[in-house]
Amino acid sequence: MTSDHVTRRGLFQGGAALAATVPLMAPAHAAPSAPASKGTPMTAVELTVNGREVHLQLDPRTTLLDALREHLKLTGTKKGCDHGQCGACTVIVEGRRINSCLTLAVMHDGDAVTTIEGLGRPEALHPMQKAFVVHDGYQCGYCTPGQICSAVSVLEEIKAGIPSHVTEDLDKVAFSEDEVRERMSGNICRCAAYSNIVAAISDVAGEAKA
Amino acid sequence: MKPFTYERATSVEAAAKAAASVQGARFIAGGTNLLDLMKLQIETPTHLIDVNRLGLDRIEKTEEGGLRIGALVRNTDLAADRTVRRDYGVLSRALVAGASGQLRNKATTAGNLLQRTRCPYFYDIRMPCNKRKPGSGCGALKGMSRSLAILGVSDACIAQHPSDMAVAMRLLDAQVDTVAADGAKRAIPIADFHLLPGDTPHQETVLKGGEIITSVTLPKPIAGTHVYRKVRDRASYAFALVSVAAIFGKDGSARFAFGGIGAKPWRNSQADAAAPQGAKAVADAALAGARTTEHNDFKKPLVERTLASLYRQQEARA
Repeated sequence: MTSDHVTRRGLFQGGAALAATVPLMAPAHAAPSAPASKGTPMTAVELTVNGREVHLQLDPRTTLLDALREHLKLTGTKKGCDHGQCGACTVIVEGRRINSCLTLAVMHDGDAVTTIEGLGRPEALHPMQKAFVVHDGYQCGYCTPGQICSAVSVLEEIKAGIPSHVTEDLDKVAFSEDEVRERMSGNICRCAAYSNIVAAISDVAGEAKA
Repeated sequence: MKPFTYERATSVEAAAKAAASVQGARFIAGGTNLLDLMKLQIETPTHLIDVNRLGLDRIEKTEEGGLRIGALVRNTDLAADRTVRRDYGVLSRALVAGASGQLRNKATTAGNLLQRTRCPYFYDIRMPCNKRKPGSGCGALKGMSRSLAILGVSDACIAQHPSDMAVAMRLLDAQVDTVAADGAKRAIPIADFHLLPGDTPHQETVLKGGEIITSVTLPKPIAGTHVYRKVRDRASYAFALVSVAAIFGKDGSARFAFGGIGAKPWRNSQADAAAPQGAKAVADAALAGARTTEHNDFKKPLVERTLASLYRQQEARA
Protein backbone atom coordinates (compact mmCIF):
# COMPACT_ATOMS: atom_id res chain seq x y z
CA MET A 1 0.00 0.00 0.00
CA THR A 2 1.49 3.33 -1.02
CA SER A 3 -1.08 5.53 0.64
CA ASP A 4 -1.91 5.87 4.28
CA HIS A 5 -5.51 6.42 3.34
CA VAL A 6 -6.29 3.40 1.25
CA THR A 7 -9.64 2.00 2.24
CA ARG A 8 -11.73 -0.75 0.77
CA ARG A 9 -14.27 1.89 -0.19
CA GLY A 10 -11.62 3.94 -2.02
CA LEU A 11 -10.42 0.87 -3.89
CA PHE A 12 -13.95 0.02 -4.97
CA GLN A 13 -14.57 3.56 -6.15
CA GLY A 14 -11.31 3.52 -8.12
CA GLY A 15 -12.34 0.23 -9.64
CA ALA A 16 -15.67 1.61 -10.71
CA ALA A 17 -14.04 4.67 -12.28
CA LEU A 18 -11.67 2.44 -14.25
CA ALA A 19 -14.47 0.23 -15.43
CA ALA A 20 -16.36 3.26 -16.67
CA THR A 21 -13.61 4.02 -19.23
CA VAL A 22 -14.09 0.65 -20.88
CA PRO A 23 -16.61 0.69 -23.74
CA LEU A 24 -19.71 -0.90 -22.30
CA MET A 25 -21.86 -3.47 -23.99
CA ALA A 26 -24.30 -3.27 -21.14
CA PRO A 27 -27.93 -2.66 -22.05
CA ALA A 28 -29.38 0.75 -21.34
CA HIS A 29 -31.31 -0.55 -18.37
CA ALA A 30 -28.09 -1.54 -16.58
CA ALA A 31 -26.94 2.09 -16.44
CA PRO A 32 -26.76 3.62 -12.99
CA SER A 33 -29.58 5.94 -11.93
CA ALA A 34 -29.26 9.31 -13.61
CA PRO A 35 -28.47 12.30 -11.42
CA ALA A 36 -31.40 14.50 -10.52
CA SER A 37 -32.34 16.32 -13.69
CA LYS A 38 -32.92 20.04 -13.62
CA GLY A 39 -36.47 20.76 -12.71
CA THR A 40 -37.14 17.55 -10.78
CA PRO A 41 -38.68 18.97 -7.63
CA MET A 42 -37.06 17.81 -4.42
CA THR A 43 -39.26 16.33 -1.73
CA ALA A 44 -38.75 16.78 2.00
CA VAL A 45 -38.43 13.49 3.88
CA GLU A 46 -38.17 13.03 7.61
CA LEU A 47 -36.95 9.70 8.96
CA THR A 48 -35.88 8.36 12.33
CA VAL A 49 -32.83 6.29 11.54
CA ASN A 50 -31.36 4.25 14.38
CA GLY A 51 -33.09 6.55 16.84
CA ARG A 52 -31.84 9.77 15.25
CA GLU A 53 -34.21 12.15 13.46
CA VAL A 54 -32.99 13.16 10.02
CA HIS A 55 -34.36 15.65 7.50
CA LEU A 56 -33.59 15.14 3.84
CA GLN A 57 -34.42 16.86 0.56
CA LEU A 58 -34.58 14.11 -2.02
CA ASP A 59 -35.26 13.51 -5.69
CA PRO A 60 -38.41 11.34 -5.43
CA ARG A 61 -36.54 8.61 -7.33
CA THR A 62 -34.22 8.05 -4.37
CA THR A 63 -34.71 4.59 -2.93
CA LEU A 64 -34.56 4.14 0.82
CA LEU A 65 -31.32 2.24 0.22
CA ASP A 66 -29.70 5.17 -1.61
CA ALA A 67 -30.97 7.62 1.01
CA LEU A 68 -29.25 5.56 3.71
CA ARG A 69 -26.01 4.97 1.85
CA GLU A 70 -25.50 8.09 -0.26
CA HIS A 71 -27.23 10.77 1.80
CA LEU A 72 -26.81 9.54 5.37
CA LYS A 73 -23.51 7.72 4.71
CA LEU A 74 -24.79 4.64 6.51
CA THR A 75 -22.94 2.25 4.24
CA GLY A 76 -23.47 -0.84 6.40
CA THR A 77 -26.59 -1.60 4.35
CA LYS A 78 -25.38 -3.04 1.05
CA LYS A 79 -26.52 -2.71 -2.55
CA GLY A 80 -26.37 -6.12 -4.19
CA CYS A 81 -28.79 -6.72 -7.05
CA ASP A 82 -30.87 -3.54 -6.51
CA HIS A 83 -33.94 -5.56 -7.57
CA GLY A 84 -35.11 -7.26 -4.38
CA GLN A 85 -33.62 -10.60 -5.28
CA CYS A 86 -30.55 -10.84 -3.01
CA GLY A 87 -31.58 -9.32 0.34
CA ALA A 88 -28.27 -7.47 0.94
CA CYS A 89 -30.25 -4.22 1.39
CA THR A 90 -32.55 -5.60 4.11
CA VAL A 91 -33.36 -3.09 6.85
CA ILE A 92 -36.07 -2.96 9.50
CA VAL A 93 -38.73 -0.29 8.95
CA GLU A 94 -41.44 0.22 11.57
CA GLY A 95 -40.46 -3.13 13.05
CA ARG A 96 -40.54 -5.10 9.78
CA ARG A 97 -37.76 -6.27 7.50
CA ILE A 98 -38.01 -5.01 3.94
CA ASN A 99 -35.80 -4.68 0.85
CA SER A 100 -34.69 -1.03 1.04
CA CYS A 101 -33.82 -1.09 -2.69
CA LEU A 102 -37.46 -1.63 -3.71
CA THR A 103 -39.02 1.26 -1.87
CA LEU A 104 -38.77 5.01 -2.25
CA ALA A 105 -37.51 7.09 0.66
CA VAL A 106 -40.43 9.51 0.16
CA MET A 107 -42.85 6.67 0.84
CA HIS A 108 -41.37 6.39 4.35
CA ASP A 109 -41.76 9.95 5.55
CA GLY A 110 -42.15 9.75 9.34
CA ASP A 111 -41.04 6.12 9.59
CA ALA A 112 -38.49 4.60 11.95
CA VAL A 113 -35.67 2.72 10.23
CA THR A 114 -33.16 0.39 11.86
CA THR A 115 -30.03 -0.52 9.94
CA ILE A 116 -27.14 -2.78 10.93
CA GLU A 117 -25.48 0.28 12.50
CA GLY A 118 -28.48 0.67 14.81
CA LEU A 119 -28.70 -2.96 15.96
CA GLY A 120 -25.42 -2.92 17.84
CA ARG A 121 -22.06 -1.21 18.09
CA PRO A 122 -18.59 -2.74 17.81
CA GLU A 123 -18.20 -2.55 21.59
CA ALA A 124 -21.76 -3.70 22.29
CA LEU A 125 -22.83 -6.15 19.62
CA HIS A 126 -26.43 -7.24 19.18
CA PRO A 127 -26.80 -10.93 20.16
CA MET A 128 -27.35 -11.80 16.49
CA GLN A 129 -24.15 -9.98 15.46
CA LYS A 130 -22.27 -11.80 18.20
CA ALA A 131 -23.67 -15.15 17.10
CA PHE A 132 -22.64 -14.54 13.48
CA VAL A 133 -19.08 -13.92 14.71
CA VAL A 134 -19.07 -16.96 17.01
CA HIS A 135 -20.47 -19.29 14.34
CA ASP A 136 -18.53 -17.79 11.44
CA GLY A 137 -21.77 -16.95 9.62
CA TYR A 138 -20.04 -15.25 6.69
CA GLN A 139 -17.00 -15.27 4.48
CA CYS A 140 -16.71 -12.05 2.44
CA GLY A 141 -19.29 -10.31 4.64
CA TYR A 142 -21.09 -8.40 1.90
CA CYS A 143 -24.47 -10.01 2.54
CA THR A 144 -24.01 -10.07 6.33
CA PRO A 145 -25.76 -6.81 7.34
CA GLY A 146 -28.82 -7.90 5.37
CA GLN A 147 -28.62 -11.43 6.77
CA ILE A 148 -28.47 -10.12 10.34
CA CYS A 149 -31.32 -7.62 9.95
CA SER A 150 -33.39 -10.36 8.32
CA ALA A 151 -32.49 -12.90 11.02
CA VAL A 152 -33.49 -10.56 13.85
CA SER A 153 -36.89 -10.08 12.17
CA VAL A 154 -37.31 -13.78 11.42
CA LEU A 155 -37.18 -14.63 15.12
CA GLU A 156 -39.76 -11.93 15.83
CA GLU A 157 -42.00 -13.18 13.03
CA ILE A 158 -41.90 -16.71 14.45
CA LYS A 159 -42.67 -15.34 17.92
CA ALA A 160 -45.61 -13.39 16.47
CA GLY A 161 -47.05 -16.60 15.00
CA ILE A 162 -46.66 -15.60 11.35
CA PRO A 163 -46.72 -18.85 9.34
CA SER A 164 -44.28 -19.80 6.58
CA HIS A 165 -44.29 -22.16 3.61
CA VAL A 166 -42.88 -24.99 5.77
CA THR A 167 -45.25 -24.49 8.70
CA GLU A 168 -47.19 -27.76 8.89
CA ASP A 169 -50.09 -26.56 11.04
CA LEU A 170 -50.88 -22.91 10.30
CA ASP A 171 -51.88 -22.41 13.93
CA LYS A 172 -48.70 -23.87 15.42
CA VAL A 173 -45.80 -21.69 14.42
CA ALA A 174 -42.61 -22.72 16.20
CA PHE A 175 -38.89 -22.34 15.71
CA SER A 176 -37.05 -25.01 13.71
CA GLU A 177 -34.04 -25.02 11.42
CA ASP A 178 -36.36 -25.69 8.48
CA GLU A 179 -38.31 -22.57 9.40
CA VAL A 180 -35.07 -20.57 9.44
CA ARG A 181 -33.99 -21.89 6.03
CA GLU A 182 -37.35 -21.10 4.47
CA ARG A 183 -37.72 -17.67 6.06
CA MET A 184 -34.15 -16.64 5.17
CA SER A 185 -34.55 -17.56 1.48
CA GLY A 186 -34.71 -13.89 0.50
CA ASN A 187 -31.09 -13.42 1.63
CA ILE A 188 -28.53 -14.87 -0.75
CA CYS A 189 -24.97 -15.65 0.38
CA ARG A 190 -22.75 -16.31 -2.61
CA CYS A 191 -19.98 -17.57 -0.30
CA ALA A 192 -22.59 -20.10 0.86
CA ALA A 193 -22.11 -19.64 4.60
CA TYR A 194 -25.65 -20.91 4.98
CA SER A 195 -25.06 -23.71 7.46
CA ASN A 196 -23.21 -21.35 9.82
CA ILE A 197 -25.89 -18.69 9.39
CA VAL A 198 -28.53 -21.24 10.44
CA ALA A 199 -26.34 -22.19 13.43
CA ALA A 200 -26.00 -18.54 14.48
CA ILE A 201 -29.73 -17.88 14.27
CA SER A 202 -30.54 -21.13 16.11
CA ASP A 203 -28.11 -20.12 18.84
CA VAL A 204 -29.86 -16.78 19.37
CA ALA A 205 -33.27 -18.48 19.32
CA GLY A 206 -32.05 -20.85 22.03
CA GLU A 207 -30.83 -17.98 24.17
CA ALA A 208 -34.10 -16.20 23.68
CA LYS A 209 -36.02 -19.26 24.89
CA ALA A 210 -33.91 -19.73 28.04
CA MET B 1 -35.48 5.57 -13.36
CA LYS B 2 -37.10 8.24 -15.50
CA PRO B 3 -38.00 11.39 -13.56
CA PHE B 4 -41.49 11.53 -12.11
CA THR B 5 -43.45 13.72 -9.78
CA TYR B 6 -44.82 12.34 -6.53
CA GLU B 7 -47.89 12.94 -4.43
CA ARG B 8 -49.30 11.33 -1.32
CA ALA B 9 -53.02 10.70 -1.73
CA THR B 10 -55.27 11.65 1.18
CA SER B 11 -58.49 9.96 0.05
CA VAL B 12 -59.55 7.21 -2.34
CA GLU B 13 -61.62 9.67 -4.34
CA ALA B 14 -58.74 12.14 -4.66
CA ALA B 15 -56.37 9.35 -5.68
CA ALA B 16 -58.74 8.11 -8.39
CA LYS B 17 -59.31 11.64 -9.68
CA ALA B 18 -55.60 12.42 -9.79
CA ALA B 19 -54.86 9.19 -11.62
CA ALA B 20 -57.52 9.88 -14.25
CA SER B 21 -56.44 13.50 -14.79
CA VAL B 22 -52.65 13.13 -15.07
CA GLN B 23 -51.38 11.41 -18.22
CA GLY B 24 -48.96 8.60 -17.29
CA ALA B 25 -49.88 8.53 -13.60
CA ARG B 26 -49.66 5.32 -11.60
CA PHE B 27 -50.64 4.32 -8.09
CA ILE B 28 -47.86 3.02 -5.88
CA ALA B 29 -48.50 0.84 -2.82
CA GLY B 30 -45.90 -1.78 -1.85
CA GLY B 31 -43.91 -0.83 -4.93
CA THR B 32 -41.95 -4.09 -5.01
CA ASN B 33 -42.98 -4.84 -8.59
CA LEU B 34 -43.50 -1.32 -9.94
CA LEU B 35 -40.12 0.06 -8.77
CA ASP B 36 -38.33 -3.00 -10.10
CA LEU B 37 -39.93 -2.35 -13.50
CA MET B 38 -39.22 1.38 -13.30
CA LYS B 39 -35.51 0.73 -12.73
CA LEU B 40 -35.53 -1.32 -15.93
CA GLN B 41 -37.59 1.37 -17.69
CA ILE B 42 -40.26 -1.15 -18.51
CA GLU B 43 -42.61 1.09 -16.53
CA THR B 44 -42.06 4.82 -17.00
CA PRO B 45 -44.77 6.67 -15.07
CA THR B 46 -44.61 10.46 -15.12
CA HIS B 47 -46.42 10.79 -11.81
CA LEU B 48 -46.71 8.49 -8.79
CA ILE B 49 -49.69 8.60 -6.47
CA ASP B 50 -48.72 7.04 -3.15
CA VAL B 51 -51.81 5.31 -1.78
CA ASN B 52 -50.14 3.85 1.30
CA ARG B 53 -51.80 6.26 3.74
CA LEU B 54 -55.39 5.64 2.65
CA GLY B 55 -56.23 3.19 5.42
CA LEU B 56 -57.66 0.26 3.41
CA ASP B 57 -55.57 -2.03 5.61
CA ARG B 58 -58.32 -3.79 7.58
CA ILE B 59 -59.66 -7.31 7.34
CA GLU B 60 -63.29 -7.51 8.38
CA LYS B 61 -66.19 -9.94 8.27
CA THR B 62 -69.00 -9.19 5.82
CA GLU B 63 -72.71 -9.48 6.55
CA GLU B 64 -72.84 -12.44 4.18
CA GLY B 65 -70.38 -14.39 6.34
CA GLY B 66 -67.42 -13.67 4.10
CA LEU B 67 -64.31 -11.55 4.53
CA ARG B 68 -63.45 -8.11 3.19
CA ILE B 69 -59.72 -7.63 2.74
CA GLY B 70 -58.49 -4.04 2.40
CA ALA B 71 -56.46 -3.37 -0.75
CA LEU B 72 -53.44 -2.35 1.32
CA VAL B 73 -53.35 -5.38 3.63
CA ARG B 74 -49.79 -6.65 3.34
CA ASN B 75 -49.27 -10.23 2.17
CA THR B 76 -47.67 -11.15 5.53
CA ASP B 77 -50.66 -9.84 7.49
CA LEU B 78 -53.18 -11.56 5.24
CA ALA B 79 -51.37 -14.90 5.53
CA ALA B 80 -51.17 -14.54 9.32
CA ASP B 81 -54.73 -13.36 9.91
CA ARG B 82 -56.50 -15.79 12.26
CA THR B 83 -59.70 -16.02 10.22
CA VAL B 84 -57.77 -16.54 6.98
CA ARG B 85 -55.65 -19.26 8.56
CA ARG B 86 -58.70 -21.03 9.97
CA ASP B 87 -61.33 -20.58 7.23
CA TYR B 88 -59.38 -19.80 4.05
CA GLY B 89 -56.26 -21.92 4.59
CA VAL B 90 -55.56 -22.19 0.86
CA LEU B 91 -55.10 -18.41 0.72
CA SER B 92 -52.69 -18.39 3.63
CA ARG B 93 -50.74 -21.26 2.04
CA ALA B 94 -50.60 -19.57 -1.37
CA LEU B 95 -49.36 -16.31 0.14
CA VAL B 96 -46.48 -17.88 2.06
CA ALA B 97 -45.50 -19.86 -1.04
CA GLY B 98 -44.84 -16.57 -2.84
CA ALA B 99 -41.83 -14.22 -2.84
CA SER B 100 -39.62 -13.74 0.25
CA GLY B 101 -40.34 -12.61 3.80
CA GLN B 102 -39.10 -9.11 3.03
CA LEU B 103 -41.28 -8.79 -0.07
CA ARG B 104 -44.38 -10.16 1.66
CA ASN B 105 -43.97 -7.49 4.35
CA LYS B 106 -44.32 -4.83 1.66
CA ALA B 107 -46.50 -6.35 -1.07
CA THR B 108 -50.22 -5.56 -0.87
CA THR B 109 -53.37 -7.49 -1.71
CA ALA B 110 -54.31 -5.25 -4.65
CA GLY B 111 -50.73 -4.94 -5.86
CA ASN B 112 -50.32 -8.70 -5.88
CA LEU B 113 -53.36 -9.02 -8.18
CA LEU B 114 -51.87 -6.40 -10.50
CA GLN B 115 -48.31 -7.68 -10.65
CA ARG B 116 -46.88 -8.03 -14.14
CA THR B 117 -45.61 -11.19 -15.81
CA ARG B 118 -42.06 -12.48 -15.32
CA CYS B 119 -41.73 -13.47 -18.98
CA PRO B 120 -38.02 -12.94 -19.84
CA TYR B 121 -38.94 -11.10 -23.05
CA PHE B 122 -41.18 -8.67 -21.18
CA TYR B 123 -38.28 -8.02 -18.80
CA ASP B 124 -35.65 -7.33 -21.49
CA ILE B 125 -36.24 -4.02 -23.25
CA ARG B 126 -34.00 -5.07 -26.15
CA MET B 127 -36.41 -7.87 -27.03
CA PRO B 128 -39.72 -7.74 -28.87
CA CYS B 129 -42.75 -7.98 -26.59
CA ASN B 130 -46.34 -7.19 -27.50
CA LYS B 131 -47.23 -6.70 -23.87
CA ARG B 132 -44.49 -4.12 -23.21
CA LYS B 133 -44.52 -2.56 -26.67
CA PRO B 134 -47.70 -3.36 -28.60
CA GLY B 135 -47.02 -4.48 -32.16
CA SER B 136 -43.33 -5.29 -31.58
CA GLY B 137 -43.93 -9.04 -31.75
CA CYS B 138 -43.46 -11.87 -29.27
CA GLY B 139 -39.93 -13.11 -28.66
CA ALA B 140 -41.13 -15.97 -26.52
CA LEU B 141 -43.17 -17.87 -29.12
CA LYS B 142 -40.02 -19.25 -30.72
CA GLY B 143 -37.68 -18.41 -27.85
CA MET B 144 -37.14 -19.40 -24.24
CA SER B 145 -40.58 -20.33 -23.05
CA ARG B 146 -39.92 -22.89 -20.33
CA SER B 147 -41.65 -20.87 -17.60
CA LEU B 148 -44.47 -19.51 -19.73
CA ALA B 149 -48.19 -20.16 -20.05
CA ILE B 150 -49.93 -22.99 -21.88
CA LEU B 151 -53.55 -21.96 -21.27
CA GLY B 152 -55.33 -18.83 -22.44
CA VAL B 153 -52.38 -17.86 -24.65
CA SER B 154 -52.53 -16.26 -28.10
CA ASP B 155 -50.32 -15.71 -31.14
CA ALA B 156 -49.43 -12.34 -29.64
CA CYS B 157 -48.44 -13.43 -26.13
CA ILE B 158 -47.74 -16.54 -24.03
CA ALA B 159 -46.82 -14.74 -20.80
CA GLN B 160 -47.81 -16.43 -17.54
CA HIS B 161 -49.56 -14.75 -14.64
CA PRO B 162 -47.03 -14.97 -11.82
CA SER B 163 -49.19 -14.65 -8.69
CA ASP B 164 -49.75 -17.39 -6.12
CA MET B 165 -52.22 -15.35 -4.08
CA ALA B 166 -54.46 -14.71 -7.10
CA VAL B 167 -54.75 -18.46 -7.75
CA ALA B 168 -56.18 -18.98 -4.27
CA MET B 169 -58.43 -15.94 -4.72
CA ARG B 170 -59.69 -17.48 -7.97
CA LEU B 171 -60.38 -20.78 -6.23
CA LEU B 172 -62.33 -18.95 -3.53
CA ASP B 173 -64.42 -16.91 -6.04
CA ALA B 174 -63.20 -13.59 -4.66
CA GLN B 175 -64.55 -10.30 -5.95
CA VAL B 176 -62.49 -7.17 -6.57
CA ASP B 177 -64.07 -3.96 -5.24
CA THR B 178 -63.16 -0.71 -6.99
CA VAL B 179 -63.89 3.00 -7.08
CA ALA B 180 -63.66 4.91 -10.38
CA ALA B 181 -62.58 8.51 -10.91
CA ASP B 182 -66.24 9.60 -11.05
CA GLY B 183 -66.88 7.92 -7.70
CA ALA B 184 -68.74 4.93 -9.18
CA LYS B 185 -68.18 1.69 -7.32
CA ARG B 186 -68.19 -1.78 -8.80
CA ALA B 187 -67.59 -5.34 -7.68
CA ILE B 188 -65.75 -7.44 -10.27
CA PRO B 189 -65.73 -11.25 -9.97
CA ILE B 190 -62.07 -12.31 -10.04
CA ALA B 191 -62.85 -14.64 -12.94
CA ASP B 192 -63.55 -11.53 -15.04
CA PHE B 193 -60.88 -9.28 -13.55
CA HIS B 194 -57.84 -10.46 -15.55
CA LEU B 195 -58.04 -10.38 -19.35
CA LEU B 196 -56.67 -13.00 -21.70
CA PRO B 197 -54.01 -11.61 -24.06
CA GLY B 198 -55.76 -12.07 -27.41
CA ASP B 199 -54.52 -9.33 -29.74
CA THR B 200 -54.10 -6.85 -26.88
CA PRO B 201 -51.75 -8.40 -24.31
CA HIS B 202 -50.91 -4.96 -22.91
CA GLN B 203 -54.44 -4.80 -21.51
CA GLU B 204 -54.22 -7.05 -18.48
CA THR B 205 -57.29 -6.24 -16.40
CA VAL B 206 -60.72 -4.67 -16.81
CA LEU B 207 -59.70 -1.67 -14.67
CA LYS B 208 -60.30 1.69 -16.33
CA GLY B 209 -58.07 4.75 -16.07
CA GLY B 210 -58.06 6.07 -12.52
CA GLU B 211 -60.09 3.14 -11.16
CA ILE B 212 -58.64 2.04 -7.83
CA ILE B 213 -59.04 -1.26 -5.98
CA THR B 214 -60.30 -0.66 -2.46
CA SER B 215 -60.75 -4.24 -1.25
CA VAL B 216 -61.04 -7.87 -2.22
CA THR B 217 -64.05 -9.69 -0.81
CA LEU B 218 -64.22 -13.41 -0.16
CA PRO B 219 -67.57 -15.23 0.01
CA LYS B 220 -68.40 -17.58 2.89
CA PRO B 221 -65.66 -20.12 3.64
CA ILE B 222 -65.71 -23.37 1.66
CA ALA B 223 -65.52 -26.45 3.86
CA GLY B 224 -62.93 -29.12 3.18
CA THR B 225 -59.20 -29.59 3.21
CA HIS B 226 -57.44 -26.53 1.82
CA VAL B 227 -54.12 -27.14 0.05
CA TYR B 228 -51.73 -25.23 -2.16
CA ARG B 229 -48.96 -27.16 -3.92
CA LYS B 230 -46.31 -25.21 -5.76
CA VAL B 231 -43.73 -26.83 -8.02
CA ARG B 232 -40.72 -24.68 -8.85
CA ASP B 233 -37.02 -24.79 -9.66
CA ARG B 234 -35.96 -23.97 -6.09
CA ALA B 235 -37.53 -25.03 -2.80
CA SER B 236 -38.21 -21.41 -1.88
CA TYR B 237 -38.37 -17.94 -3.38
CA ALA B 238 -39.07 -18.84 -7.01
CA PHE B 239 -42.06 -18.48 -9.30
CA ALA B 240 -44.25 -21.49 -9.97
CA LEU B 241 -43.74 -23.78 -12.91
CA VAL B 242 -47.04 -25.33 -11.91
CA SER B 243 -49.15 -24.69 -8.84
CA VAL B 244 -52.46 -26.18 -7.75
CA ALA B 245 -54.85 -24.66 -5.24
CA ALA B 246 -57.49 -27.11 -4.12
CA ILE B 247 -60.21 -27.76 -1.61
CA PHE B 248 -61.05 -31.43 -1.10
CA GLY B 249 -64.49 -32.24 0.29
CA LYS B 250 -65.24 -35.31 2.42
CA ASP B 251 -67.53 -36.77 -0.25
CA GLY B 252 -64.88 -37.06 -2.98
CA SER B 253 -65.73 -33.70 -4.53
CA ALA B 254 -63.06 -31.07 -4.98
CA ARG B 255 -62.40 -27.75 -6.63
CA PHE B 256 -59.18 -26.65 -8.28
CA ALA B 257 -57.38 -23.57 -9.55
CA PHE B 258 -54.00 -23.51 -11.25
CA GLY B 259 -50.99 -21.20 -11.35
CA GLY B 260 -47.88 -21.11 -13.52
CA ILE B 261 -49.71 -22.46 -16.54
CA GLY B 262 -52.24 -19.75 -17.40
CA ALA B 263 -52.22 -16.32 -18.94
CA LYS B 264 -54.36 -15.58 -15.88
CA PRO B 265 -55.13 -17.51 -12.69
CA TRP B 266 -56.74 -20.61 -14.18
CA ARG B 267 -59.88 -22.48 -13.26
CA ASN B 268 -62.60 -24.37 -15.09
CA SER B 269 -65.68 -26.16 -13.88
CA GLN B 270 -64.96 -29.33 -15.93
CA ALA B 271 -61.89 -29.98 -13.80
CA ASP B 272 -63.99 -29.77 -10.63
CA ALA B 273 -66.59 -32.10 -12.13
CA ALA B 274 -63.87 -34.67 -12.85
CA ALA B 275 -62.67 -34.66 -9.23
CA PRO B 276 -64.18 -38.05 -8.23
CA GLN B 277 -62.34 -39.72 -11.13
CA GLY B 278 -58.90 -38.74 -9.92
CA ALA B 279 -55.82 -36.85 -10.99
CA LYS B 280 -55.68 -37.85 -14.65
CA ALA B 281 -59.29 -36.92 -15.34
CA VAL B 282 -58.87 -33.59 -13.55
CA ALA B 283 -55.66 -32.82 -15.45
CA ASP B 284 -57.25 -33.71 -18.79
CA ALA B 285 -60.21 -31.44 -18.08
CA ALA B 286 -58.10 -28.58 -16.77
CA LEU B 287 -55.70 -28.74 -19.71
CA ALA B 288 -58.36 -28.74 -22.43
CA GLY B 289 -57.19 -26.36 -25.15
CA ALA B 290 -53.62 -26.22 -23.82
CA ARG B 291 -51.09 -24.95 -26.31
CA THR B 292 -47.51 -25.80 -25.49
CA THR B 293 -44.10 -25.06 -26.94
CA GLU B 294 -41.11 -27.35 -27.22
CA HIS B 295 -39.81 -25.86 -23.95
CA ASN B 296 -42.92 -25.91 -21.80
CA ASP B 297 -44.79 -29.06 -22.86
CA PHE B 298 -43.42 -30.68 -19.69
CA LYS B 299 -46.03 -28.66 -17.81
CA LYS B 300 -48.88 -30.94 -18.97
CA PRO B 301 -47.55 -34.10 -17.28
CA LEU B 302 -46.37 -31.95 -14.38
CA VAL B 303 -49.95 -30.78 -13.76
CA GLU B 304 -51.14 -34.39 -13.66
CA ARG B 305 -48.31 -35.45 -11.33
CA THR B 306 -48.87 -32.52 -9.02
CA LEU B 307 -52.55 -33.47 -8.81
CA ALA B 308 -51.64 -37.13 -8.25
CA SER B 309 -49.42 -36.10 -5.38
CA LEU B 310 -52.24 -34.09 -3.82
CA TYR B 311 -54.66 -37.00 -4.21
CA ARG B 312 -52.19 -39.35 -2.52
CA GLN B 313 -51.75 -36.90 0.33
CA GLN B 314 -55.54 -36.69 0.64
CA GLU B 315 -55.86 -40.49 0.80
CA ALA B 316 -53.17 -40.65 3.47
CA ARG B 317 -55.10 -38.10 5.56
CA ALA B 318 -58.41 -39.97 5.23
